[in-house]
Amino acid sequence: MNTVDNAAFRAEGLTKVYGVGESKVYALRGVDLQVPRGEMVVLLGPSGSGKSTLLNILGGLDSPTEGKVFFGTRELTAFDDRHLTLFRRESVGFVFQFYNLIPSLTARENVALVTEIARDPMAPEEALALVGLEPRMDHFPAQLSGGEQQRVAIARAIAKKPQVLFCDEPTGALDSQTGIVVLQAIARVNHELNTTTMVITHNAGIAAMADRVLQMADGEIQDIRINAEPCDPAALSW
Amino acid sequence: MLIELCKPLDRKLLRDLWAIKGQALAIALVIGCGIGMYIMSRGMLESLQETRNAYYERYRFADLWAPVKRAPDALLEQIATLPGVRRAETRIRAGVILDVEGASAPITGEIQSLPEKPTPHINDIVLRRGRYFDPQHEEEVLALQSFVEAHGLGPGDHLYAILNGTKKKLTITGVVLSPEYVYAISPGEIVPDKKRFGVLWMNREALANAFDLDGAFNEAALLLSPGASEDAVIERLDTLLKRFGATGAYGRKQQISDQFLTNEINQLNTMGRVLPPVFLLVAAFLLNVVINRLIDTEREQIGLLKAFGYSGVSVALHYLKMIGVVTLLGIAIGMVLGLWLGHGLAAMYQDYFKFPFLLFSAPADVYLIAIGASLAVAGTGTVSAVLRATRLEPAVAMVPPPPPDYSRSAAGLERLARWLDQPTRMILRHLYRWPKRAGLTVLGIGMSMGLLIGSSFSLDAMLYMVDISFNVIDRQDVTVNFVEPRNLRAVQDLLHAPGVMAAEPFRAVPVVLRNGQFKRREAIVGLSDNAELSRVVDTALRPVPLPPDGLLLSDKLAELLHVEAGDLLRVEIRTGRRPEVDIPVRGIVKTYMGTAAYMNLDSLNSLLKEDIAITGGYLLVDSQHTDALYRALKNTPVVSGVSLQEQAQNAFYDTLQESLGTFVFFNTLFAGLIAVGVVYNNARISLSERGRELASLRVLGLTRGEVSYILLGELALLTLLALPLGAFLGYALARGLVYSFNTELFRIPLIISPATYGYAVLVVVLAAIGSGLLVRRRIDRLDLISVLKTRE
Repeated sequence: MNTVDNAAFRAEGLTKVYGVGESKVYALRGVDLQVPRGEMVVLLGPSGSGKSTLLNILGGLDSPTEGKVFFGTRELTAFDDRHLTLFRRESVGFVFQFYNLIPSLTARENVALVTEIARDPMAPEEALALVGLEPRMDHFPAQLSGGEQQRVAIARAIAKKPQVLFCDEPTGALDSQTGIVVLQAIARVNHELNTTTMVITHNAGIAAMADRVLQMADGEIQDIRINAEPCDPAALSW
Repeated sequence: MLIELCKPLDRKLLRDLWAIKGQALAIALVIGCGIGMYIMSRGMLESLQETRNAYYERYRFADLWAPVKRAPDALLEQIATLPGVRRAETRIRAGVILDVEGASAPITGEIQSLPEKPTPHINDIVLRRGRYFDPQHEEEVLALQSFVEAHGLGPGDHLYAILNGTKKKLTITGVVLSPEYVYAISPGEIVPDKKRFGVLWMNREALANAFDLDGAFNEAALLLSPGASEDAVIERLDTLLKRFGATGAYGRKQQISDQFLTNEINQLNTMGRVLPPVFLLVAAFLLNVVINRLIDTEREQIGLLKAFGYSGVSVALHYLKMIGVVTLLGIAIGMVLGLWLGHGLAAMYQDYFKFPFLLFSAPADVYLIAIGASLAVAGTGTVSAVLRATRLEPAVAMVPPPPPDYSRSAAGLERLARWLDQPTRMILRHLYRWPKRAGLTVLGIGMSMGLLIGSSFSLDAMLYMVDISFNVIDRQDVTVNFVEPRNLRAVQDLLHAPGVMAAEPFRAVPVVLRNGQFKRREAIVGLSDNAELSRVVDTALRPVPLPPDGLLLSDKLAELLHVEAGDLLRVEIRTGRRPEVDIPVRGIVKTYMGTAAYMNLDSLNSLLKEDIAITGGYLLVDSQHTDALYRALKNTPVVSGVSLQEQAQNAFYDTLQESLGTFVFFNTLFAGLIAVGVVYNNARISLSERGRELASLRVLGLTRGEVSYILLGELALLTLLALPLGAFLGYALARGLVYSFNTELFRIPLIISPATYGYAVLVVVLAAIGSGLLVRRRIDRLDLISVLKTRE
């Protein structure tokens, strides 16, 4: 395991319980984790294994029942709602399975929505160029394909130059060819901007592009695998 | 089988309704307001008409009145046998000054004769308390209930009256109501003042003695045969009674109490026709939006139901049931509200309109119309949405709809958008994408504001009307009427009365004005040159000098007679030698209350070929000495009536606050409800459509405030756009109401004060803010986690 001072995230004893009494459900059972800065991490696991809960807690969308999360030196679990919003606004980029673009804004405007409120963002055009969408900048989501929409979502997530990028099933709604284009965009951002990236997926095939693979089941991390030689997404197939 | 199939659907229905309970309730309330207002106004209208008709019928309210100076009793037979007359009676009726222990100001009143024993006669009285007078005791009288009670009097108590110049102490034996005084008001005033107007009934013989009318009468009251022409009988009567100083017979249309009652019934009618449809239209729009949205969100469920084998009809039935439940809830609210308001209104009316009984009861057809109209409007509003649901193909329905396409936008909007931040662009593009809904929302909010202005403006207008009438036109403090015309020197006597600072004479001459087929019983008022107290003003409210000859007519009178300045008018003078002459109309002047014809006093007197004579005076009084003046007037035998401007004005303000205040309060409530209903529904629909979008933005790091701006900014913009529209609609509604309330009794000027606009804006904006806050709470509770996983 890497040293603590190099960690983007550090989680200690994360437990998340839904419900009370008889109907108690453990989503996370005492997870300890360190994510080194700049790494590409893939979370694998079946439905209900706790990977989304873990990502939500790390991303400041949810709070654990027990345990602590540190982002760098700051304790996220001690933040109130206002500070969590600020944390997401300045440090985190999200990519959703269903893109969640604003249909009334063009690709460029969807990105500008975030850059307008960020501290030191790149230009929306630059972010869109990173994902190869320069020519389609002034199109509305309804005029873009699924893969294009997802690449806009990635541009929107990285335009603020976040320290972390969370992607929840980014290729879940795409065919494999389009999915690979999207993964290439994610990998490029990870390399060029040195953004710590966490990707949730059902798809074990994607694991080959990660520096680190976390295998989750029953609310616990069952296995951590380190890829010495992560492969290019272009070489992936599923 | 069908019931088995429907059961789970009905359970879904209840849960769906529960999920949109806030919106469903808002719509039901809007329907309820419309239905409530309809039931109240139509029910009250029917109740008033029924009660009036029954009362008039049972107590033989006259069809015609024929006042004369003095006619022999023997003439009754001739009157009764005139064609078209069913029954006739004669009586003595006179204006009197009344005085009650403890009252400082003189009281204007009337006294009438009654037969010796209670017999069913025309204009019969209703004995409420006490007993009929004893003909052996000349001082015994019956008195009008409202007057007696306002002074805390009752049977056995005393009061004073100047009867033909002699002050008499009278004893009240009975407290009565009369169909002639349902709205008991002193002539020339517009609101009743219970304390300041009294009516007494006395034994015929005793009254005849007092007024030297033994074997004679000064008024005939008639009932007409069914189908008889009122005008024809009036002509015959006037011819017959000409020799006896007839001033002109008149029918119910000019009977002051009935005039006011009819006026009120007409106003209720207008209200019942104008306001409820506004509410139902708004409700139809709201239902349309809500059901359309519901079908959008349940698209996949509809597809699933159809895939399982439910027919289009059962799907339609499902949504129709939902619409039915909301509408029926609205109808139920409306009925309770209508009954409650109706009973309240009936209680309020009993304060103004004195019936022996007045019960609010709406006939069955009112309820049936209310139910039918609500269901029809709800059905019309939602039929397209329901049809859309039945036409959805299961395969298409189960695939999520494509994202809304915003690519077609207005060029102008896009040029503007370049200068705006992204959230503001979202607002503008969203409005442009659904222009119909945005337009209807603006219209709905505008309507609520219009309703507010249209109902509150009457207060401004009434105050203006009174201000002009009392402070610009009639500026005197006291008007004194003499029993008989007197020499001009009488003005000097008035000037010497205590506290009188100025006095101006007037002469009122009963006439019939005729212009071809149009005729009118009126009084020409002769004023001295340069009159300063009671003035004549033109339509721009500038004082008009009286022309040396010719008439000035008030605008309403000119309208009724169809004459213009410069026309000749046939004037039949109904006093003295009764000359009939053609007099030119020299100008049209402004009055807000009643009708009037003015002439120069000198030329009026020369027309009558009499020396300068006057029938009364206008006085300006030092307020320090009013009590002394009142004492003097109460003991002046030649005075038959005194009206006090200040008291009339106060009575008016009191009535205004009581009745109109309540009216404005309820309208504010209802209009506010429409505003809340429209804004809240719009916000909820937007939130439901865009909840996922807004939650995504929260995940991306936008604060609650920034996200709220997108939704609430849109509402604010719509509300802002609705304000000028609301002002316009309010103006238009006020204009319509002014037009429909234009009657002989009074005309409401179209005056809307800036404060009224401000008030309406305030209510609408507060309603919008309130709705915004309700929705804001939901924005704060947006589920950020689920949006990561769900597709729309």
